[in-house]
Amino acid sequence: MDDITKVVLDYVTREYLEEGDEREISETTPLISGGIVDSFSMVSLLRFLEKKYSIHIPSEAATPDAFDTVASIAALVQRFQRVEV
Amino acid sequence: MAFTETVRNDYQTEIEGIKAAGLFKGERYIHSPQGSEIEVEFPVGSEIKRCINICANNYLGLSSHPEVIAAAHAGLDRRGYGMSSVRFICGTQDIHRELETRLTEFLGTEDTLLFPSCMDANGGFFEACLSERDVMIADRLVHASIVDGMRLCKAMQDTYKHSDMRHLEEKLQEHQDKRYRMIITDGVFSMDGDMARLDQIVSLAEKYNAMVFLDDSHATGFIGRTGRGTHEQCGVFGKIDVITTTLGKALGGASGGCVSGRRELVEMCRQRARPFLFSNSVAPVIVAGALKVIDLITASTDRRDKLEWNTRYWRSLLKDAGFDIKEGDTPIVPVMLYDAKLAQDCARDLFHEGVYAVGFFFPVVPKGQARIRTQLSAAHEKHHLDTAIAAFKKVGRKYGILGLGKKELIAKCELEMELVR
Repeated sequence: MDDITKVVLDYVTREYLEEGDEREISETTPLISGGIVDSFSMVSLLRFLEKKYSIHIPSEAATPDAFDTVASIAALVQRFQRVEV
Repeated sequence: MAFTETVRNDYQTEIEGIKAAGLFKGERYIHSPQGSEIEVEFPVGSEIKRCINICANNYLGLSSHPEVIAAAHAGLDRRGYGMSSVRFICGTQDIHRELETRLTEFLGTEDTLLFPSCMDANGGFFEACLSERDVMIADRLVHASIVDGMRLCKAMQDTYKHSDMRHLEEKLQEHQDKRYRMIITDGVFSMDGDMARLDQIVSLAEKYNAMVFLDDSHATGFIGRTGRGTHEQCGVFGKIDVITTTLGKALGGASGGCVSGRRELVEMCRQRARPFLFSNSVAPVIVAGALKVIDLITASTDRRDKLEWNTRYWRSLLKDAGFDIKEGDTPIVPVMLYDAKLAQDCARDLFHEGVYAVGFFFPVVPKGQARIRTQLSAAHEKHHLDTAIAAFKKVGRKYGILGLGKKELIAKCELEMELVR
């Protein structure tokens, strides 16, 4: 697991699982289609990523599909890190 | 572009998709006034059936109260049917301002502004009062109208885990660089029937210099010793900066809502809230009825006391019967079934048994949290609840779910799914 994936996985687990929630989140767990993250609370994740990695993810790229798994989120971050470079 | 066959087909496909996903919302026609017993035509064209209604927001049983109806009739005679205007052109009558003043007194705030609905109040408030220099920090289970209102506002959006005060505190710390911080919560959460920890929210707001926004639609009129709402119940009456609430539930159940709170915030809504500016005034007949409702609930707490008794009794009946319910002490009592199909099947069978209740499932509630939401009313008599529990028990026995907890219910549904496959 690369560093970005680890950071995203850690943030998603802390930010979205309620206390006592027994679900485990892996790289491939569906977050939005699985009902763990909704579009309303997705905003904090987007802001976290932008701040942490000093990138800008435009709203057209921040789609529910792109945010549906930790792996796809990590890929999105990598994509925009390259754009920034 | 014309509404071509292709366009029609596209919409039809989408509607079929909603049906296939089990999310299609049909209507049942009611042939009587709202009450603890109603006459229902369902499916359309079938014989009218008399049922006990256990899913209305008619908490105080005032929707068809004779004194409210008489006051509404008198209002109709004295102030007419409609205003044919928004408030600021020629749509404000003396009774609109009178109702706003009465609501201000009742809610313990500085001023109040009526809106066509609480949906509109929530839709208009944030954009009118906050800017990009501010942050809105909302509980993740707030009502959909608040979510919509926040989306229309340029202020930064953030959320905290449902009723998680530690998480809220982290967010308040994180946003200290903003001009204003506004904590946003429902008083009573409509799907779970639990209450916001408003005393702790107010303490955090004081500690981190934030304002508090409270949607008390499922509380105004009956939560708290004199029914003023969640702020009365939690001992923070007079300390809430903004309360939005509705006339469409306990307060007569017709329509209309309001923003009530700090004078300047209310004034900003009068000047800038678009649903207020661009919608007609609340109809005089509704204002007159609502004034009578305020008279009734300030003169006596009998109705909220009866609702409290009914709530305790109904919760104990369900528990004794072996249903898994969400704990709490509000008149919203969710009977947890976890499985969407089971919730729908139980609701259908309850209707056959003469009890009108509705199943809720994803996306209205989180996945795997399907339920039948029951709601008590002061209009319910003990015999209504005794009859309703008999129907619940009969249906519960049919599906073998009595006495099962969350894990057992989920396991049972998964096993049955396997067998079907």
